Amino acid sequence: MKLKESVVKGLVKLGNLLKVPEAGISPMRYEVLLRNIRILMLIITIIPLLLMATINYHQYQSRLKQEIVDPMKVLVNKTKHSFELFLAGRLSTVNFIASAYTYEELADEENLQRIFRVLRAEFEGFVDIGLIDPSGRQVSYAGPYELQGKNYAEQPWFEQVKVRGVYISDVFKGFRQFPHLVIAVQHFAGSGGRWWIVRVTIDTGKFDELIAAMGLRPDEDAFLINHEGILQTGSKFCGAVLDRCAVSVPPQSYEPNVLENTFLTGRDTIVTYAYFTRANLILMVVKPKAEVLKAWYTLKSEIVFVFGLGVIIIVAVVFRLTGTMVNRLKESDQKRELAMRQMQHSHKLSSIGRLAAGVAHEINNPLAVINEKVGLVKDLLEYRSDRPDMKDVLLRHLSVIVQAIDRCSAITHRLLGFARRMDVAIESLDVNEVIEEVLSFVEKDAAYRNVRLERHLAEDLSRITSDRGQLQQVFLNLFNNSLAAVEDGGWISIATANGGSDTIKISVQDNGCGMSEETMRHIFEPFFTTKKGEGTGLGLSITHGIVSRLGGEIQVKSAVGEGTRFTVHLPKIPPEIGEENRS
Amino acid sequence: MNDPKVLLVDDEKDFVCTLAERLELRDIKVDVAFNGTEAIEKIEKHQPQLVVLDLLMPGMPGLDVLRWIEKRHPDTEVIVLTGHGEQECKDEALRLGADCCLLKPISIEKLIDKMMKALTSSKPKNQ
Repeated sequence: MKLKESVVKGLVKLGNLLKVPEAGISPMRYEVLLRNIRILMLIITIIPLLLMATINYHQYQSRLKQEIVDPMKVLVNKTKHSFELFLAGRLSTVNFIASAYTYEELADEENLQRIFRVLRAEFEGFVDIGLIDPSGRQVSYAGPYELQGKNYAEQPWFEQVKVRGVYISDVFKGFRQFPHLVIAVQHFAGSGGRWWIVRVTIDTGKFDELIAAMGLRPDEDAFLINHEGILQTGSKFCGAVLDRCAVSVPPQSYEPNVLENTFLTGRDTIVTYAYFTRANLILMVVKPKAEVLKAWYTLKSEIVFVFGLGVIIIVAVVFRLTGTMVNRLKESDQKRELAMRQMQHSHKLSSIGRLAAGVAHEINNPLAVINEKVGLVKDLLEYRSDRPDMKDVLLRHLSVIVQAIDRCSAITHRLLGFARRMDVAIESLDVNEVIEEVLSFVEKDAAYRNVRLERHLAEDLSRITSDRGQLQQVFLNLFNNSLAAVEDGGWISIATANGGSDTIKISVQDNGCGMSEETMRHIFEPFFTTKKGEGTGLGLSITHGIVSRLGGEIQVKSAVGEGTRFTVHLPKIPPEIGEENRS
Repeated sequence: MNDPKVLLVDDEKDFVCTLAERLELRDIKVDVAFNGTEAIEKIEKHQPQLVVLDLLMPGMPGLDVLRWIEKRHPDTEVIVLTGHGEQECKDEALRLGADCCLLKPISIEKLIDKMMKALTSSKPKNQ
C-alpha cells in the first residue's frame, strides 16, 4: 500500500512538472519552466540509461564470470582426474601383485625384493612394499626401512582393509619423516578363506609434480586437503603439509565448484575445488580475485565510464537545448507581447479614428452655434445698429459663443486624454471616473439611437492600482460592443461593485441580440467577428489580453435574443506589483 | 414675393434659434422644431414648403422624419443640414428625396441660396 501511495505521489509530482506556468502571472515563469523541463528531461533520459547500464552490468558480470570460472573448473577437473588416474594406477598395480603371486611367493623376502625392484623400475613413487598376514604381522618387507615383523593389528587402517578390502590412507609423515600415503589391498586365495594384505607406501612427491603441471601463475595456488581440512600437499598460502588448511573445507561436490569471496592472505580470492571420488581428498585451486576478474573490472570501469560520459553529455545537451529553447520562447513571448502591444496600439488608434467621426459631429455643433452667433452679431450690427439694447443683446450672444467654445475645448481635451495614454502607466485610480470618461464618448451616439445608458456605480468603490489608458480601452471596447449589439431604443447597464477584499467588479450588460454558445466559445479569440465586414475581430481579444495582463479576468454570459453581460474582475493591486512589494 | 414657410429642425437650440433670427432679419419667415416629433407636429399643422433638417437628433432621428415627409408630404422640400459628415447618411438622405445635404457650419448666404433653389424647384410640383 505504501509503495502504491508513494508511486502515486511520485506520478503527481511528475505531473506537476508538466504544468506550464501561465503567461503574465510571474516573471519567474521562465526559470520555473526551465527548471521543470530540465528535471523532466533528465529523468526521462537518465533513467533508461541507468536501467540499461544496470542490466548490462549484471549481464556482463554473470557472463564474464562464467567465462572466467569455467576454464578454472575444467583445469581442476582435469587435474583431479590426473590424481585419480595416478592413484588408480598404483592401486591396480598393488592388486595385481596381491593376486598374481601366492602367499608363499610374497612371504619369500628375496622374491619380494625382486618384485619391489621391478615395481620401482616400472612405476614411479613406490617407497616400500610389505606382506601382512591376517594377524596383522608384517611377514615380509622390501624397502629402505627395517620394518619386518612389525604388527599393524592395532592400527585403524588394518580394520578398514579387513572390512572394505582396499585402503588408501591420508598423507602422513609417520616415522619415515616425509609425506607419503599407504595403499593396502586384501586378497583372498581360492575358496579356503585364506587371505593376506599387500601394503605399499607411495611418495606423494608425484602430487607436487601433478600440481606443477597445472601451470599456475606465481600468485595462484593449488593443493590437496583431506575431508578434515588437513593439507595433503604443500601450499603457497595455506600452510605446509599436514597443517590445517587456512581455507575451511568446502561443501561436498564431486563436480568442480567455485567458492567466491574467500579472504585469504589479505586478498579476495576465488577457490575452485573438486572432491575425489575414491580417496579422502579434495583438490583446491586458489586464484586472486583481482587477477581473475581483471577483464570484468576493466569492462566494469568501461561501463561506468560510458554511463558517466552519457550522463555528462545528456546533462550538457539538456541544459544547452532547454536553455536555448526557453530563451527562444522568452524571445518569442516578448515579440508576441510587443506585437500584441502594437496591435493594441493600432486598435486604439482605430477606435480613436472611429471616435473622431462622432467627435467631429460634436464639435461641428458648437462650431455651427459659434458661426451663427457671430453671423447674427454681424447682422445685428448691420441691420439693427439703432437698437437701444444692442450692448445687452451682443453680450448675451457673446456669452453663448464662449459656452460653445468651452464645449469644443472639452471635447478636444477628452479626446487628447484618451489618445495620449499609449504607454503602460500604473497609477492609483477611481474606476467609476474612468467609466464616466469613456461613457462621455459613447453617450451622444447612444442618445441619437435612444439607447438608455444606466449607471449603477458603487459610491464606495475602492480605488485600484492599474493602468488608466488600458482600462479606457477595455471599457470603450465593451461599451462599443454593447452599442453594436443593442437595437435602437435598447439599454446598456453599467455597474461597479467591490468584489471581496482585493478585487472590484465591473459589469456591462445589454438587452441586445445576445450570442450563441458557439460564438461565446470563440468570443475572445483574435480575428473572430460576427460583425461581417465591419469588425476586425480584435476588440474582445485585446480586451481579454489587457484584463489578463492587469491580473484580472473577464467573463461573459449571454443568451440569444436576451442580451449579454460582460463582467470584469480587477485586482486592487496587480499581481506583479503585489509580488514586488512582498519580496 | 410670398414668403415661403420654412421649418428649421435641429436639437441644438442655440443654433436653430440664432439661425431663425438671422433668416428673419432677411425677411425669411421660419419656424423651428427641436426634435423629430415636434417637427412632424409642426409640418402637419403648418405644412411648410421647406424643411431644413438635422439628421442626428435624440428621439426620432432625422432620416425617419425625412421618410415621413416623403410619404405624407411629398411636395415639401427638404434640405439636410447636419454636423455629421458620414457619407452613407447623406446618400441615404438624398435617396429618400432630400434636395441636398449641407454640412455645419455653413454661411447664411449659401444656405439661403440653397433654400431658394429648393423652393424654385418645388414650384413645378405645385402646379
